[in-house]
Amino acid sequence: MNGELILFFVLALVAIGSGVLMLNLTKVVHMVIALVFTFLSIAGLYIMLSAEFLAFVQILIYSGAITIIMLFGIMLTRHDDRAEKKVSLPKSIIVLSGIAVFFVIMFLQINDLSFGEQAAELHVDNAEKIGIELYSKYIIPFELTSVLLLVALVGAIVLAKRDDEKEAEDNE
Amino acid sequence: MSSVPLSVYLVLALILFCIGLYGALTKRNAVIVLISIELMLNAVNINLVAFAKFGINPNITGQIFALFTITVAAAEAAVGLAILIALYRNRKTVNVDEMNILKR
Repeated sequence: MNGELILFFVLALVAIGSGVLMLNLTKVVHMVIALVFTFLSIAGLYIMLSAEFLAFVQILIYSGAITIIMLFGIMLTRHDDRAEKKVSLPKSIIVLSGIAVFFVIMFLQINDLSFGEQAAELHVDNAEKIGIELYSKYIIPFELTSVLLLVALVGAIVLAKRDDEKEAEDNE
Repeated sequence: MSSVPLSVYLVLALILFCIGLYGALTKRNAVIVLISIELMLNAVNINLVAFAKFGINPNITGQIFALFTITVAAAEAAVGLAILIALYRNRKTVNVDEMNILKR
């Protein structure tokens, strides 16, 4: 039992505990706050897996941007909403058994999976390596990503924009 | 050498994926369904980064793929919330089981 294992178990416990808490809390805002802890501990796991750049991206985008945008979504819709009506018992049993079957099948496959070798030097100049790889091998997907982000930006604005003429007709 | 084996990371990702799947299938608030989908994508990212370090022929490609996944997930969240806000303006609800206008 060394320090790395202890760190892993603490991070995993925080991640799974916040995930379960997310399912069981009643207020929607509390659910989002619980999820921030899951994202932060996943960032810690990335550092353990020698992916420092990805850990910073995770903290910036997930626990920063996505959480804020979800809070905006909650505040712009019905923010005092509680998970008032419980899901019907038969439905949750069916869903739970399906997920349990999926879990057991996957768990049996990955239980003692090991390839024996591991990369020792991924954490040396991590961001530089990612940049070189991105701009030499994956330049076309990288550019397509910018197109995707532009399309998502324009699409989100068009969808969320108030349709003035139609609204005026409805209000009359 | 790392003392935490590959399979432990995979099992953690599997548990997080199952939590996200349960949330996406049973929650009624559409914002929570979107958040559960984000959790599932995060579990997939853990797998990609773990295989980048421990897989056959380990290299940096797994981390690049995880970056692309994060980008696409961010775009998906933005568009999903825009659809949700437009829907809320028309139907005054965010519950997924009341979104049944395609049925008629």
